[in-house]
This record gives sequence, structure tokens and C-alpha cells, in this order.
Amino acid sequence: MTDDRARPHELFVASDLAEVRRVQDLVEATLQANRFGETDQFAVKLAVEEALVNAIKHGNQLDPAKRVRILYSVDDETFRIHITDEGAGFNPDELPDPTADDFLERPCGRGVLLIKSFMTTVDFLGRGNEVVMSKLKTPPDTE
Amino acid sequence: MSRQRITVEDVGDVAVVQFVDKKILDEQNIQMIGDDLFRLVDELGRRKLLLNFANVDFMSSAALGKLIRLHQRLTQVGGKLVLCAISKDIMQVFTLTKLDKMLKIVKDEQTGLGSF
Repeated sequence: MTDDRARPHELFVASDLAEVRRVQDLVEATLQANRFGETDQFAVKLAVEEALVNAIKHGNQLDPAKRVRILYSVDDETFRIHITDEGAGFNPDELPDPTADDFLERPCGRGVLLIKSFMTTVDFLGRGNEVVMSKLKTPPDTE
Repeated sequence: MSRQRITVEDVGDVAVVQFVDKKILDEQNIQMIGDDLFRLVDELGRRKLLLNFANVDFMSSAALGKLIRLHQRLTQVGGKLVLCAISKDIMQVFTLTKLDKMLKIVKDEQTGLGSF
């Protein structure tokens, strides 16, 4: 049993898209250490990428003066992550459906759909500049 | 000289593209990969593109946008885009976004070559 379990890790990253992969690598290492399977790792990495890109690009507008706060933790069953940007926020309920026929040809706008599809729980907090997500570990024989 | 991000093999008049970077088609590198793919169409005049995803472990929505634009560009010039050898996890990304209805996706390279 590692001391890491359930202890939250906090980090602040610059509003630079190059930071996304660094955070993904940290998250991946945490998931592997806690024996999350390949499919769960893919799901979490994808959701983290989408949420972080949204925070950096749309929330913080790539402003180098703004940062993104990341808080994550893991235990035997669950990975949790809380991402907060310094932007104005948004209402996720007002997002258009990216699977609608008249949206399908658009090159962007699918991030939140993917986050909600791949994570077990997703909640937007505050003015919409915070997202809290969790992933329940999939039992090994069902992956 | 910039790092090679794709390899291209001509099989007849089909340009078969493999991705060099195994790990990721993400926000950080998709712009450069997209540039390489568009160059095939706009500068080198390729009209039949088969993208082989066998080396790709991870893909985000940034790549979806590039693929949509590439599909649109090829359609515009009378060409065709086919994707093949997509992993189970990445295939979920296409089905959840319903882009499997818009983009031609096949099981493997042989099937892909036969679909032009």
C-alpha cells in the first residue's frame, strides 16, 4: 500500500498547452501505480486533456498571467480531479449538441461531451470555471 | 530540418499514411501533423488518403477537428479520406461523437485500400 493513496496532489500550471502533456504523464503514472487498467487510463487521460485544454484555451484565454489549479487524488477504487481556471466561466448546459446533424461538420466543440462520456462523474462548479471529475476503477475482468 | 511526424507510402494512387509518434494525437502536436497531411493534398496533389492508426495509442478531440477539415478538403477536390486500424479505445471517441457516420472507417489497411 502506498502513502499516496487518497492524499491529494496539488499543482498550478501556466496557461500553456505544453503543460497538458506533463499533467497527463503525472496522472498516468498515478493510475498505473494504483492498478487502473489501460482503458481506464485512456479515459482519464482523455478527459484530463479535454478539461485542461478548455481551461487553458477558453478559460484563461492562453493568458500567461493566469494559471490553472489542479487537485487530484486516487484510492483503491476512484480517481478524482478538480481543475480550476481563472476565466469568466461558462454554462455547460448552454453548449450545443455536437452530435446534432447541423453540428457534425464543425471542427471543435466536442470536449465536454467526451469528458462526460468517459468519466464516471462530472460536475461544473462556481461560475463554470471549475470542473470536478471522478473515474471509478473498472474491474479487471470487464475491461 | 523538422522532425518527421508521418510516413507516406504510395500504394497505387493511394497515399498510405502512418503516424510516427506512437503515443499521441493531441492538442500539442496535431497542428503540425495536420499541416503535414494538408500538404499532401494541397501541395503534392494527393487525392486518396488512407490514414493507418495502428501506431496510435491516444487521440483527443483536437485530432477530430483536423480529420474533419481534411475530409472536407478532400471532398472539395474530389478526393477521399479513409481511416483504418483504429484501436478500441480510440474508436469509442469516433462513435460517441458520431463521427463514424461522417468519416469512412475500416478495420485494416487491406480493407482500406479496397475502399477507394
